[in-house]
Amino acid sequence: MQTHKAKRVEITIEAVMEQRLTAALERAEVTGFTVLPVMGGSGRSGRWSREGQVTRAAGMVVVVCIIRPERLDALLEAAFGLLERHIGVVCVTDCEVLRANRF
Amino acid sequence: MNILELAAQNLISPAILFFVLGLSAAFARSDLSVPEAVAKGLSLYLLLAIGFKGGVSVSAHGVDAGLILTIIAGVVLSFLLPLIAFALLRVMSTLSVIDAAAVAAHYGSISIVTFVAASSVLTTAGIAFEGYMVAVAAAMEAPAILSALWLVARAGGGRSDEAVDSGLMREILLNGSIVLLVGAFAIGVITGEQGMAKIEAFIVAPFLGILCLFLLDMGLVAGRGLRQTRGLLRPGLILFGVVMPLSGATLGMAAALLIGLSTGGVMLMMVLAASASYIAVPAAMRVALPEANPAVYLTLALGVTFPFNLVLGIPIYLALAQTVTGGS
Repeated sequence: MQTHKAKRVEITIEAVMEQRLTAALERAEVTGFTVLPVMGGSGRSGRWSREGQVTRAAGMVVVVCIIRPERLDALLEAAFGLLERHIGVVCVTDCEVLRANRF
Repeated sequence: MNILELAAQNLISPAILFFVLGLSAAFARSDLSVPEAVAKGLSLYLLLAIGFKGGVSVSAHGVDAGLILTIIAGVVLSFLLPLIAFALLRVMSTLSVIDAAAVAAHYGSISIVTFVAASSVLTTAGIAFEGYMVAVAAAMEAPAILSALWLVARAGGGRSDEAVDSGLMREILLNGSIVLLVGAFAIGVITGEQGMAKIEAFIVAPFLGILCLFLLDMGLVAGRGLRQTRGLLRPGLILFGVVMPLSGATLGMAAALLIGLSTGGVMLMMVLAASASYIAVPAAMRVALPEANPAVYLTLALGVTFPFNLVLGIPIYLALAQTVTGGS
């Protein structure tokens, strides 16, 4: 089956920053993304778990975008401008999609 | 009743014992947990109930100058307390300016769960209090955040360009807890005793049981937080977590006496000034001061000051309020 090259950008970010990030993505004309909850993890700020968090401040989410390769720089600039000072991880991988016109 | 008797009575109340159970279970690494959605539902219930009951009380007694004066006093305290907390932290700890300011913001704001627990102690003891204290609690949530950001800006730390944008102010002022608390208060004022009669079975009878379940969850959260951040809090910081609520309570008592609040009102003002936020302020700090270490302020507010206020602070504040007002 015919597939098309695309980029998958996975941004792990604090839950309180989710709306700011998705708004920045939309301003950069990235209108397709998926937001996933994160159960827990460990990083430079120590170990944490979603279980028993009394506030959204300590939670994390993952925002996943699949875009055409030529739109990657605009997305990364929009994301970096917002996330520079915050806890999080931005990861870019190559992927393939079936319907290129959707991205 | 003296402080020791009050403390003993408080210690063996179901609410406190459930909190201790949660704390112990977390320390013992039990898998006991309250599902996230259930905990959220419990907190919504408590906010709705306490807001509505406050509104009904105001509806019965009418709005007077005391309400406006108490709200103004609460807002002034919320602006002022972070400055005191910041000064104490700079003396008692080695925290950076940004971390100290972030912690200070939490101590200027309030813990609505501590307020709920304190008001249930008053209700159980048959001590009346001003219903509008709920509105004072809502008004004291946000000002401390601005004081903390001013402290950081004054010290030249952080970046002020994105510290307080309109989105952040909206999130602070319209966070779900405040909207439900103020909304339920307004509905209580509008519907009064007639409204209460219609939903009393839901609002009054189950309240203490639901508070017990919620405090069990809070105990689990506090215990797990303390376990995960073991060694993070130095003795100076832990001492701050006890000294600051006592300092705040003293200021709260002075303000309440100046206004002329009742015994219950004085005690609740002390509780509001003594408690530290762990819901609204942490979220605001993550946006406005992301360089501050969340483990420090969350553990201090939730793992040290919240249990202190719940177990020892409330009986101390009640005994002091009774002493200074001559109330029983």
